[in-house]
Amino acid sequence: MTSSTAPTRPRRDTGVRRATALRTAGTLTRRRAVNALMQGVMYVAALLAVLPLLLIVWHLAREGASSISLDFFTRMPKPVGEVGGGMGNAIAGTLVLLGVASAIGLPIGIGAGLYLAEQRGSRLATSVRFLSDVLNGLPSIVMGIFAWQFLVRPLGHFSATAGGIALGAMMIPLVTRTTEEMIRLVPTSLREAALALGYTRWRTSLTVVLRTALPGIVTGALVAVARIAGETAPLLFTAFGNQFWSLALDQPISALPLQIFNYAISPYDEWHRLAWAGALVLIGLVLIISLIARYATRSRYGGGGD
Amino acid sequence: MSQPTHGAVVEPAAPGGRSTTAQADDAIAGSSRGDGVYRFLTTAAAWAIPLLLGLITLEVVLAAWPAFETFGLSFLTSSEWDEVRGVFGAAPMIYGTVVSSVLALVLATPLALGVAIFLSEFAPSWLRTPVAFLVDLLAAIPSVVYGLWGIFVLLPFLRETVMPFLAGTLGLGNTPFFSGPAYGPSMLAAAVILAIMILPYISAVSREVLMAVPRSQREAAMALGATKWEMIRDAVIPYARSGIVGGIILGLGRALGETMAVTMLIGNRHEISSSLFAPGYTLASVIANEFAEATGALHTSALMACGAVLLGVTLLVNAIARWLVWQVAREGR
Amino acid sequence: MTDVHLSASRPTAPGRPRVAVPSVRSSPSDSSSAGQASGAATVRVAVQRLDAYYGATSAVRDVNVAFLDGQVTAIIGPSGCGKSTLLRCLNRMHETIPGARTEGEVLLDGQDIYARGISPIQVQRRIGMVFQRPTPFPTMSIRDNVAAGFKGIGASAPDRRALDEIVERSLRRAALWDEVKDRLKDSAIGLSGGQQQRLCIARALATSPRVLLLDEPTASLDPVSTQRVEELVYELRGVVTMIIVTHNMQQAARVSDRTAFMLAGALVEVAPTKLLFTTPRDPRTEAYITGRFG
Ligand SMILES: Nc1ncnc2c1ncn2[C@@H]1O[C@H](COP(=O)(O)OP(=O)(O)OP(=O)(O)O)[C@@H](O)[C@H]1O
Ligand SMILES: [Mg+2]
Repeated sequence: MTSSTAPTRPRRDTGVRRATALRTAGTLTRRRAVNALMQGVMYVAALLAVLPLLLIVWHLAREGASSISLDFFTRMPKPVGEVGGGMGNAIAGTLVLLGVASAIGLPIGIGAGLYLAEQRGSRLATSVRFLSDVLNGLPSIVMGIFAWQFLVRPLGHFSATAGGIALGAMMIPLVTRTTEEMIRLVPTSLREAALALGYTRWRTSLTVVLRTALPGIVTGALVAVARIAGETAPLLFTAFGNQFWSLALDQPISALPLQIFNYAISPYDEWHRLAWAGALVLIGLVLIISLIARYATRSRYGGGGD
Repeated sequence: MSQPTHGAVVEPAAPGGRSTTAQADDAIAGSSRGDGVYRFLTTAAAWAIPLLLGLITLEVVLAAWPAFETFGLSFLTSSEWDEVRGVFGAAPMIYGTVVSSVLALVLATPLALGVAIFLSEFAPSWLRTPVAFLVDLLAAIPSVVYGLWGIFVLLPFLRETVMPFLAGTLGLGNTPFFSGPAYGPSMLAAAVILAIMILPYISAVSREVLMAVPRSQREAAMALGATKWEMIRDAVIPYARSGIVGGIILGLGRALGETMAVTMLIGNRHEISSSLFAPGYTLASVIANEFAEATGALHTSALMACGAVLLGVTLLVNAIARWLVWQVAREGR
Repeated sequence: MTDVHLSASRPTAPGRPRVAVPSVRSSPSDSSSAGQASGAATVRVAVQRLDAYYGATSAVRDVNVAFLDGQVTAIIGPSGCGKSTLLRCLNRMHETIPGARTEGEVLLDGQDIYARGISPIQVQRRIGMVFQRPTPFPTMSIRDNVAAGFKGIGASAPDRRALDEIVERSLRRAALWDEVKDRLKDSAIGLSGGQQQRLCIARALATSPRVLLLDEPTASLDPVSTQRVEELVYELRGVVTMIIVTHNMQQAARVSDRTAFMLAGALVEVAPTKLLFTTPRDPRTEAYITGRFG
C-alpha cells in the first residue's frame, strides 16, 4: 500500500509524558494505592449515577402500580373529590399527538436524511447537518411558544394539530440524523448495481437504498417517537389539555404528560395518585417503544459496519 | 438539468432484441421527470430545517419586539415584574437560569466523567453494558416525571435531610449561600434535578471521545510503566479534553432550556436571592407558568422576550458545543 | 440527474485523422474464436478517442478500441491504469461519480451512446454490468433479484408468467438454476459468495443485454467459484458480447478471445489473446506479461 498511513500524532509528544511520569514521585506502592483509590472512585461515581434511576423506577412502581387497572386506561378523569377515574382521554390524546407528529416529522426527516446522505459534500448539506444539530438542542418550551405564535394565535384556538406540529418539528432533526447514518451504511456498490441495471435514480434511492436501510430507519423513528412522547412544554400552549374525551384535530386535546403535570401540582391526594399512575404508564410507553426499537427491528446493516 | 428528454433512440436491428425495450424507452422520458421530482422533494426536505430554524427565530423575536422596545436594556437588568403596572424585567429569570444550570454542571460533571471513565476504562465487560444502558435510560425519562418525583421524593429529602445538614451540621447556615428557611422548592432543588437530567448527556459524549482515543496513545503511556490511572490522567484525558468540554457545554445547553422539572421544583418567585435554599425562577419556567394566563399583550410579549433570550443563549451554547465536538471528531481521524 | 454535460462529438484534433475502428488487428488466424459464425465479426462496441476524467485528473486517455460481436475481450493492466474507468465509460456509469466526465465517442451498434437525447438508462438497459463484489439486493428474494431489472423502469414489466420464464432462463444461463430452484423465494443473502456472483450475472442477463461488462468478477471468490464463473463466461460467448477486466493473466488467457492491455490510462495494444500473450507487438506489453513490472 502507498503512503496513506498517517504519521503518529505529534500533538503530545512522549517526552512531555515521560517527564510527567517521572515527576510522579513516591514509591511504586503509593502509585498503586492511588490507582486503586481512583478505581474505587470511578466505581462509586457509576453507582451514584445509576442510583437516581433505580430510585425513580422504584418510587414509580410503589406509588403508581396499585392505581393501574383496566379502568385507568378506559375511564375519564373524575371531578375533584370523587375517587377513581382514569386517564383514558389523555392516553388516547397522546397517541393522536404522536400520530400527527410522525406524519410531519417522518417524511421531512427522512427526506432531509436522504438528501444529506446523497449530497454529502454539498454546501447545503454541510449547513443543514449543522443546523439540524442546533435545532435538536433548541429548548422545547421555545418550540411551544413558536407553535403558539405561528398557529394558535392566528387561528384563535388551541388544537391537537398545533401540538402535533410542535412535536413533529422536534422529531425532524432526530429522524434526519439517523436516516443519514443508516443510508450511509448501505454499501455504494448496491446503489451502483441498481443504476447499472438501468434503475432511475429515484427508484434506486427508494427501492434499493432506502429499502435496505429501512430497519435502521424504523429504529431511529421509534427512538424519536419515544423521545417526544414525554414532552410537556411544547404542548402547554398548543394542545393545551382537555378534561373531556376529544380526538378532534382542531380542538384542544388531552395528553398524558400534560395531565401528569396538572395533577402533580394540584393539592389533591387523589390526583397525586393518578399522576404517579400516569407517570408509570408514560414511562412504560416510552420503554416499550424503545425496546421495540432496540430489539425487534435490528438492521441488517446497522451496527455491523460494512 | 439539461438532460434532453427526447430525440434519437438506440434501436438498431439487434438479433434477439425484445419488443419490450421499445416500450421501456417510452417510460424513460418519464423517468427523468421522476428523478427531478425526487431531487426536488429531498432538497425541499433539507431546506425545511434551516427554514424552520429561521421561522422559529423570526416569530419569537417579532413577538418579543414590543417588550424589547418598551423596556430596552432594562428588560435584562430590572428585577421588577408587575403585571398590574405593566413593568417587566427578566433579571431574576436570567440569574436563576444561569445559577441553576451552572450549579447543575458543577454537580453533574464529576459524576458524569466518573461514569464515562468507569465505562471506557475500568468496567469489567459484564458490568459495562448494563451500566451504560441504565445511564442512557436516565435520558429517556420524561422531564415531567422527574418533576413529579422531585416534588414527592426529592423535595422532602432535601428539606428534612440535606438542607439541615448543610446549614446545621456543616455550619454553613451563616453563609449567604445556605441561609434562610428550608421550604423545599428552591434553587438547590432545581439544580439537583437538572444535574440528574444532564448527567447522561455529558457522560455519553465523554464516553464517546474517551473511546476514540487511539490505542497507540494508551500504549505509549503503559510502556513507560504508568499505572492505569496515570495513563488515564496523562495520556487519555488530555487527548480527549476538548471533546469532553464539548459534552459539558452540550449538557449546559440542555440545562438552560429544561422546563418542566425546573418549573415544578424551583419555587417560581421573581426574586434574586443569594441563598440556594430560596425559591427562584428561570426563563423557561416563567414561560411555562405564566404564558397561559398572561394578562395583556405586553405581558405575553415580555414572556416571548424571555423565550427570545433563551433561544439566543441556547443557540450560541449549542453552536459552540457542536463545534468543539466536531473539532475532536475531525482531529481523531 | 447528472449535470455533467457530455459533448456528443469533438472537433477532430488537428493533424490526427479520424479512424473509424482503429488499432484492431484483423485476426484471420485466431483459433480461439473458431467457434464463431464467421471470420468477419461485426463490431458491437466501438470506442473512439475516449478520454475520462475525475475532476481535473485524467484517468483514461485517447482510447480507441473495438469490441467484436459475440466475443470475450479481456482488459488487463497494472492496478490504477484505468481499466475500471474505461469499462464504466461503456455503460455511462462513469458519470454517476460527482465531477467525473468523458469526452469522445462510444458507439453501440453504430450509435453514439453519449449522443444528445440518449439517456444513460437506455444505455444501461442494453449493457449489463457485474461488479468485483457480488451485489445482490439484500431485501429481495432470489427470484426478485433476477427480475430486478424489470422493476427499475416501472412501465414495461412483463407479466408474472413471462417473468417467471425469464427468471428461469436467466438462472439456467448463469448455471445457477439447479442450486436455487427450490428456494427462489428465499433471501439472496443466504447464498454463498460464488452463487451470489452468478446470481448477479443472471440478473444482468435477464434483460437480454447486448453487452455484458465484468469488472474483476472473480476477485472476491474462492478458486472453485472462480472456475464456475470462468466456465460461465466461456459458455456465454456467442450469446452476449462480453468485456472482462481481470488482474489475472491466466484468466484472460483462459476465457477471452481478444485481450487489450492498458497502461497509465492509455490502451497500449489489443490483439487476439494468443497473439498478445505469445508475440506482443509493444515492448511495454511484453514487459508486463513477462512480469517485469505491475
Ligand atoms: N472516484 C474516483 N475519484 C478520483 N479518482 C479516481 C476515482 N476512481 C479511480 N480514480 C483514479 O483513476 C485512475 C484509474 O482508476 P481505475 O479504478 O480505473 O483503475 P483500475 O485499472 O481499475 O485499477 P484496479 O486494477 O486497482 O481496479 C486511478 O489513478 C485512480 O486513482
Ligand atoms: Mg478496477
